[in-house]
Amino acid sequence: MKGRFSILSGFFTLIAISTGVVVLFYFFFPTPENLVIRSVLLQWAVTLAAVALLIGMGNLLGIHYRKLNEEGGNWFYSLILIIALIATFFLVLIMGPTHAWSSMVFNTIQVPVEASLMAILAVSLAYASARLLRRRMSLLSIVFLGTVLIVLAGTSPFVTENAGALGGALRSLRAWIAQVPAAAGARGILLGVALGTIATGLRILFGADRPYGG
Amino acid sequence: MSLDNLLQSFGLTTSEFYGLILLLIFAGAMIYFRLRARQKPWNNLRPIRAFQRFTRAVGLAVEDGSRLHVSIGRGNITDTRSAAAFIGISIVSQITRVASASDKPPIATTGDAAIALLTRDTLRDTYQSMEASEQFDPDAAQLTGLTPFSYVAGTIPLLKDENVSASVLAGNFGSEAALLMDASDRLQGFTLAGTDNVPGQAILYATAQEPLIGEELYAGGAYLDAGPMHTASLRAQDVIRWTLIGVIILGGLAKFVGGLF
Repeated sequence: MKGRFSILSGFFTLIAISTGVVVLFYFFFPTPENLVIRSVLLQWAVTLAAVALLIGMGNLLGIHYRKLNEEGGNWFYSLILIIALIATFFLVLIMGPTHAWSSMVFNTIQVPVEASLMAILAVSLAYASARLLRRRMSLLSIVFLGTVLIVLAGTSPFVTENAGALGGALRSLRAWIAQVPAAAGARGILLGVALGTIATGLRILFGADRPYGG
Repeated sequence: MSLDNLLQSFGLTTSEFYGLILLLIFAGAMIYFRLRARQKPWNNLRPIRAFQRFTRAVGLAVEDGSRLHVSIGRGNITDTRSAAAFIGISIVSQITRVASASDKPPIATTGDAAIALLTRDTLRDTYQSMEASEQFDPDAAQLTGLTPFSYVAGTIPLLKDENVSASVLAGNFGSEAALLMDASDRLQGFTLAGTDNVPGQAILYATAQEPLIGEELYAGGAYLDAGPMHTASLRAQDVIRWTLIGVIILGGLAKFVGGLF
């Protein structure tokens, strides 16, 4: 059994690495023929992702179905999830994703729920900022909070239009923060993220990381 | 024949050529540091408090029988966000090994179906490699939502239902991560969080107990002993980063000096 898994693992690793190398090679040498092959490989990835979505949906249904039978759990929410998932799935399957009913489900349920969560997020962030100094008292935390307050005040029309010369100074300071230190910091972070992304990709190409279970 | 013409004959633009050179140097540096580590093992990583506290939190979770949660976010296998998600998957694997003695194995949540499948495969493979296949639970890797807020809404109840005492966020997150951090705080859980999203990093700095800034997220594998290649790639990253910093400073100086004359 273990031998079978080893052969399978080696096979998966070979497919993953060779596909990665081919897509990378065609990225740097995009002749028309190469572009066609790269595009086909990427389309396969998109199709597989769609199949994975169905499997994920099945997994989600299974988990919440089991929760219905658990004692004391949040079975009511699981029931709502199962009904909503099945109803939406069949509605969109039968009517199509652009049908008015399908859009209605999205616009009258999904959008308001997400907007509500966004509103909670504003409160949650204000609370987290207030707690930041208590949790992590450091110079960087003070700079972080000070910058947040300056940018908030410099963006708010109420402050900038009613505070006279101070309002103008806050607006200028906010613009300077956004264009100079924030942009410089963001570029530095993005540079680090890009290098980390390359390192992760190369580890997968070398077969050192095998997130496909090889 | 100019460089541009030569590159055009290979179908390369100048920026693609520099990208290819950078990639080859990076790969070469990784191989060099990997081979060198065989002769002279190197483990001189600078201490990152977040990972030290996290290692302690994992030990505590194993002792008190609570569960660990890894949130992998919404990385997609067909774009660059997948790199952060793969780091999350590496962390899941490492935590599973460390916490294998626990009654409650770690759980992972994602907002992308393909990443959920890969996480499940990795978990199964991890248990197989520990010869503990019977401990593998397919439900340990869950797809909890596909949009940022539905993902958070699906994950928050799990923190309470599964008695989670420590959460790691490693993947692609935006501002919605603040809700996850808030929920974990309410349950008095430990939170370690890193993302490849710049606004998301600002949010996590304010809300996570231990935020990971910039490339610290990608160092997760090296700090959690995921293998020598992780350490080698971290060293290669350092070399390339300092080289790029040098090039940027020299370029700035050259422009400044050129402007004077």
